[in-house]
Amino acid sequence: MVWHKPLFSDHRHSAPPDFEFKMQHDEVIWQVIRHKHCSYMAKIETGIFCRNPYNVTGICNRSSCPLANSRYATIREHESVFYLYMKTIERAHMPKNLWERVKLPRNYEKALETIDKHLLYWPKLLQHKIKQRLTKMTQMRIRMRKLALKTREKIMTTPRRDMKRESRREEKAIKAAVLDKAIETELLERLKKGIYGDIYNYPELEWNKVLDEEKQAAEGVEEEEEEEPEIEYVEGYEELEEEEDMEDFSGFPSNGSGFDDDDEHGKIIRYSLSNLDGSLLMVFSQVRFFSLWITYKATNFLTDSDGEEEDDDVEEQVVIHKKGKRDSRKADDVGKSKKKKKRVVVEVEQEDGDVRQTLKTAR
Amino acid sequence: MGFKRKKGDGEGEEMESEVRGRPSFNTAERRNVILPSMIKNKDKRAKVYAKQKHEKKVEKQKKIKARDAAEKQALELGEEPPQKMVPKTIENTREADETVCRPDDEELFADIDADEFNPVLRREVTPKVLITTCRFNSTRGPAFISELQSVIPNSDYRKRGTYDLKKIVEYAKKKDYTSLIVVHTNRREPDALLIIGLPNGPTAHFKLSNLVLRKDIKNHGNPTSHEPELVLNNFTTRLGNRVGRFFQSLFPQEPNFRGRRVVTFHNQRDFIFFRHHRYIFDVKEDKQSGAKGKDGVAKERVKPRLQECGPRFTLKLVTLQHGTFDTKGGEFEWVHKPEMDTSRRRFFL
Repeated sequence: MVWHKPLFSDHRHSAPPDFEFKMQHDEVIWQVIRHKHCSYMAKIETGIFCRNPYNVTGICNRSSCPLANSRYATIREHESVFYLYMKTIERAHMPKNLWERVKLPRNYEKALETIDKHLLYWPKLLQHKIKQRLTKMTQMRIRMRKLALKTREKIMTTPRRDMKRESRREEKAIKAAVLDKAIETELLERLKKGIYGDIYNYPELEWNKVLDEEKQAAEGVEEEEEEEPEIEYVEGYEELEEEEDMEDFSGFPSNGSGFDDDDEHGKIIRYSLSNLDGSLLMVFSQVRFFSLWITYKATNFLTDSDGEEEDDDVEEQVVIHKKGKRDSRKADDVGKSKKKKKRVVVEVEQEDGDVRQTLKTAR
Repeated sequence: MGFKRKKGDGEGEEMESEVRGRPSFNTAERRNVILPSMIKNKDKRAKVYAKQKHEKKVEKQKKIKARDAAEKQALELGEEPPQKMVPKTIENTREADETVCRPDDEELFADIDADEFNPVLRREVTPKVLITTCRFNSTRGPAFISELQSVIPNSDYRKRGTYDLKKIVEYAKKKDYTSLIVVHTNRREPDALLIIGLPNGPTAHFKLSNLVLRKDIKNHGNPTSHEPELVLNNFTTRLGNRVGRFFQSLFPQEPNFRGRRVVTFHNQRDFIFFRHHRYIFDVKEDKQSGAKGKDGVAKERVKPRLQECGPRFTLKLVTLQHGTFDTKGGEFEWVHKPEMDTSRRRFFL
């Protein structure tokens, strides 16, 4: 019997009965695996690792290789329960029953005692490595449970095809939505409806509209007639001046009844531009839009006119007023001169006003 | 087919078209029509194709001329001009949606009265907005957030830390905020917007794209601190209405018209475009000669002019959830699924 000196020190403390056979057999396996090919070996720049699930340390080593050691033990985990796996040479011929499994208790100290009990006469190195592994796995288990309680952000991927399709559609949608134009039309509509009240004293809108209305009726009426009607209207609408609150107002002059002569009314508007800023209409953003609003405004202009103005003065004022508008382009409206300040509060709400506000259909 | 085929002439293409079995041509046409792609000779093919194109162009021009002439004639005669043809657009041919809000829908009004935005929209509560980010900050994130702060009045920014979103929602509720906006970042760019209404309002998740910051806009203006006006365009369906009201609830309900500031959310084909402008109304001379002739005075029109300020971005709704943020247990009102994209004429907002 040839006495083979053990090449590696881990077996020096124990002397298993068939130690020489084992040594020969293991040695052969190791030589083959290490120098020829082992499918569990992973060579990385930092070192050589073993991907065998039964490896204790994870490094490809003579002492850590589960294939090249016929007596070996590991700890493996299944659903956060630790098991001690052991293999001995007696079962080397039965691969199915090779690994003996022992469930380790949840408690760390108790698990250590169990390991001690089972690996009592085993090589110290192996015992040490196994305990180290147990420690590490316990720490990992604690950390995983802590993390599972916290919320993590989940990364979702979209196929590139979808992302590209979205960007294509977005481009086309931008072109279809002529945004600036849409915003401008919306603002203009709001101005026409009178939401802004009298902040912008643009009479052109109103008297253009009125002119259009009167276009059919007004045919070739002389322009010198408007002096008298001015005076008439001033008297007729004095009560309007006194109305502070819209709600106290008994009623509007209806479209036809208020004016004796439509065309005169039209002409009057043109020449009494200066009195536009007489009344300050405060409106909320949800306002019922009277169709008569325009006529109300028109009459307001009339009431403000003192009646003494002549054409020239009025025209002058018109000119000045316009210039003033252009200069104070971006400035606040404080600078604009107001002849008479009247506060007429229009406070009517439409029940579905906000709906009206938000429902805009495409045209 | 043992004979030599001479392409581009009568017999060859006859055989070919029969071989290919064109069902759309009837037998008479099959003999006459030669597709240029069937001619193998490049020179000849190019010539035939060019000729065909020219013919088509001439035909089209003839049609246009005839149409214009007919219209002019009808106008001169005083008759009604023939009806102008309206081109089909995607908006014209949009699939009919039964959830489009009708102005007489009582159920809609009842819903509106009962929904979560009512306190804000009825001015019982002033909106107070808390803005925060996702856990990792980005390059453009802080700039975008500061611009958002300038757009939305009464808004605060808090750093995220590593708090859970649910905890942040509770904190905001305690401090009486009405909405919470989370700007989410991906690849160092703001990517998504999560708007949560409080106390128990809906949660809307939007995909953000095409962000242009104020400094990158040419001739940008600087916004003031007046309350802005809101313009919400094209929110037609029930879902769209809800989203529109959601946006409305972020802003105070008393716009300061003197501030001349307008914030627009324009919905086009399910993309919500956000713009922020300052406007002014200009009086411009109408250059149309017709108008001048009628009045004798140059007609002047009022035109609004816009100056863009503030950021510009696009939003697309991804999910709308009923309560506050709760992805696992929440009730989703609307979720975008890829199968909804199959039809090009179907939109949901």
